[in-house]
Amino acid sequence: MRSKHSFFKFLAVVAAVLCFVAKGYSKEPYKIGAIFAVTGPASFLGEPEKNTAIMLMDQINKAGGINGHPLEIIVEDSKSVEADAVLAAKKLLEKDKVLAIVGPSTTGESMALVPVMNNAKTTLVSCAAGYPITNPVNERYWIFKTPQYDVSAVDAIYTHMKKHGITKVGIVTIATGFGDAGRKALLSEAPKFGITIVADERYGAKDSDMTTQLTKVKAAGAQAVINWSVGPGQVVITKNWHDLKLGIPLYQSHGWGSKKNIELAGKAAEGVIAPLGRLVVWDKLSDKNPQKALLKKYEQDYKARFKTEPGTFGGHAYDAVMMVVDALKKVGPNKAKIRDYIEKKIKNWPGTGGIFNMSEKDHCGLDMTAFEMVTVKNGDWEILK
Amino acid sequence: MLTVLMQFLFSGITIGAVYALVGLGFNIIYNATSIINLAQGEFVVMGGLLMWFFSESVKLPFFISVILTILSVGLVGLLMERLTIKPLKGAELLVMIMITVAVSIVLRGVIMFKFGKDPYGYAPFTAGEPVIILGAVIQQQVLWVLGITLFLIFLVYLFFNKTMLGKAMSACAVNPLAARLVGINVSKMIMLSFILSAILGAVGGIAITPISLMEYDKGPALAVKGFCAAIMGGLGQGMGAVVGGFIIGILESLTAGYIHSGFKDAVALVIMLAILVFKPSGIFGSKSVLQVRKF
Amino acid sequence: MGKSNFFVLICLSILILVFPLIVTDSYNLTIGVFAGINALLAIGLCILMGFAGQASLGQAGFYGIGAYVSAILSINYGLPVAVSMVIAAIVSGISAIAIAVPALRLRGHYLAVATLGFGEIVYVILNELGPGGPSGFGDIPHLNLFGFVFDSSQSNFYLVWVFVILVVIFSFNLINSRIGRALKAIHDSEVASNAMGLDVAVLKIKVFILSAVYASFAGSFYGHFVSFLSPSTFSLFQSILVLMMVILGGATNIWGAVLGAIIITILPEALRKFEELDVLVYGIILTLSILFIRKGIVPLIIDKLKVEKKHA
Repeated sequence: MRSKHSFFKFLAVVAAVLCFVAKGYSKEPYKIGAIFAVTGPASFLGEPEKNTAIMLMDQINKAGGINGHPLEIIVEDSKSVEADAVLAAKKLLEKDKVLAIVGPSTTGESMALVPVMNNAKTTLVSCAAGYPITNPVNERYWIFKTPQYDVSAVDAIYTHMKKHGITKVGIVTIATGFGDAGRKALLSEAPKFGITIVADERYGAKDSDMTTQLTKVKAAGAQAVINWSVGPGQVVITKNWHDLKLGIPLYQSHGWGSKKNIELAGKAAEGVIAPLGRLVVWDKLSDKNPQKALLKKYEQDYKARFKTEPGTFGGHAYDAVMMVVDALKKVGPNKAKIRDYIEKKIKNWPGTGGIFNMSEKDHCGLDMTAFEMVTVKNGDWEILK
Repeated sequence: MLTVLMQFLFSGITIGAVYALVGLGFNIIYNATSIINLAQGEFVVMGGLLMWFFSESVKLPFFISVILTILSVGLVGLLMERLTIKPLKGAELLVMIMITVAVSIVLRGVIMFKFGKDPYGYAPFTAGEPVIILGAVIQQQVLWVLGITLFLIFLVYLFFNKTMLGKAMSACAVNPLAARLVGINVSKMIMLSFILSAILGAVGGIAITPISLMEYDKGPALAVKGFCAAIMGGLGQGMGAVVGGFIIGILESLTAGYIHSGFKDAVALVIMLAILVFKPSGIFGSKSVLQVRKF
Repeated sequence: MGKSNFFVLICLSILILVFPLIVTDSYNLTIGVFAGINALLAIGLCILMGFAGQASLGQAGFYGIGAYVSAILSINYGLPVAVSMVIAAIVSGISAIAIAVPALRLRGHYLAVATLGFGEIVYVILNELGPGGPSGFGDIPHLNLFGFVFDSSQSNFYLVWVFVILVVIFSFNLINSRIGRALKAIHDSEVASNAMGLDVAVLKIKVFILSAVYASFAGSFYGHFVSFLSPSTFSLFQSILVLMMVILGGATNIWGAVLGAIIITILPEALRKFEELDVLVYGIILTLSILFIRKGIVPLIIDKLKVEKKHA
């Protein structure tokens, strides 16, 4: 008996040593590609996404990699241009032989990659929100995405409006892919909530004054105005709204979720309402919330390393990378199995964007419950009940 | 209705003031060299961002920040001329214009490297609620921009018409050879025009940042609109660029107000093209000036 | 076509033939396709600049018309892609006439300004009225010629570059024809050519139409290759990039345009390893190349060769 016992002990030690060696001895790295709009007009998306991907790679490798394999994320800049995204994808697929790609940042770039990824039979987890990226699902076999649908953000706003008896709405959108996607969602969802769009205005990405658009919205008899944009435009319009004393509430898109916007708009930002992912308000969530722990860690790590907030958009990359990493952990470097894992096994999966439930019919897996309606009060966020 | 119209006009004036300030900068260099400096927008961006840097980050007093900003951007103008324009002496005009494009890419890269991609802003020159006229509101900062624009036009006018230096500079553009013959240092004049133009851009950037915020890649958009303003008023006509800027701004605002905001940029451009067809030298331009200049 | 040009043409043709056989990965081939598309854009502008002395800042406008019209016709009206491409070229040609007639009446830089305005207007229209608005639209069919579908990078490489070769031959013939000599005369002295009884304005308009048609085909090739279009591809920046290709390669020589296009296409890819600094490095390389080879690369090489011959 005794000898048998010690034999087991011996085995255990050997196993432990082997494990230790395996951990230190680097196996062949798992390569993931990442395409983000690090420069160009969509850099507000690509910048935090790239930072997030690099941070996750370092953290995972420090913790021993994926089953002992170091993780290598090769980040390419698409410059916010579709043709460059296509080139970047081809480079990653053929030169670097990546197992999956996360990104790109914008809907247009993601759409341009659909045929490329289907040809290469490799999974793409896009960080852009557009509906056509993952629909129709049967033509998007290899394509997934992590951001909430624009319609979900719109539904959250309209639900809030309905509760407050608002039926006539003026919308102001930025003339870029982001604003246009929001505009389409705002127009298509309105009838479902009994809301009439009385004014539909637009402005350019570099415009310096939107009082004309706001005046028109007010003159059309709107009870509320919704602005759908990212970048300086949403701050300028907030200031204009404040200056004009329109007397109707201003709603912003989920792109509003950065403390920088509050700082730049100053007291003009008070009272602005927006549907935001839980990342920006994690400290105000109850401890029971399954997302809280991971949001806290992500936000604090990011702030410590990059001296700025990750924002909602960095979170899209977090979710995309972690999904692929989870898949790699379970099924190893097999392109087809990675795809199947993400489609079938990402269920009740807490990410920064919400609780994901992927399926054969839904390659996004989020709905409007991913958002909290948040207002600005005393220079800070406040969750509206 | 009147209030609404007034508000549209005020909005147009706000936008127009930005274009006018940028357009003014184009003219100085154009007047001295016939070069269209496509890096003009980057001067404006640097003005706004450096002002933020000195006043908000280093926390220097307002006036010192303004002076430091103007000096730094002026220095960039000087370096640009000495390092890229002067060595190209005698090259075709288009090559000269392309080098300004290349320089603008470099400047944008440097700005991005230093400031990142986020927008920056600081408080308006005077705090307080906007001014209300006939029920329509206009930001105090817009009044500042208007005042500064008028003041700059006045200075530019004085410089070119009342000082020897200014007259010498205009002479270089009209006929560089003749200017050299009468003893004008043409090379110095060109350098001076870049410095002045950079300074005008910087002042513009300082003044408009509280209204529109500033970020590293705003330059090209500003340059295109400022260029249109300068064309509309007649390239080389200081006053013309300002009037052109306001016309474009007001047209955009009225189009957005009464037709559709999606087409505001196009309508302004169509009208600019129409003016070109019917009065090619711009609103204030004279035909004789135009024929001297070859592209 | 001179002897030396013929020689370069043969070399280029062989290179085009052999390149996809040696380089088989679709990444490098795709760069090749984009280089070819850019070459088409640059050749058009090169003829306009080098031989008619006019600059255009609106080539992206024709590029966009070519891409959008051809894509829309083939998706919404089910026209064969080849037919859509030709119709798109005709639309571009007609728009070119509409701008050129008033603008070229005037001397000096008005074509540049007018085309700048035109390009921006096309951009606004694509944003507002184009399918998908600013987000763009996808699922554009590939070119199908006699049952052969050009869907791979390799087939598109041959397609685009064979077209480039045809355009080069056509352009050389044009330059050496009576029209070409007349054009050179315009460049040298407009007054003199007027006096010789050449209708300068009509000639300039013809060249401008040609440059628009080249750009239009470039756009069609782009759309049917990438199969996704959005307005951002056709912004002012693209027009300036085309101008940069021509200036860099040398505006007085068609080969300059081709070389410039190749360099400008490859450069950003070669700079990928600089990551975020690539914009800065890119700008510095452009600045230095313009400073030191102001006439353009190809004219510089020709000068060097001539000097060597003299010495020999």
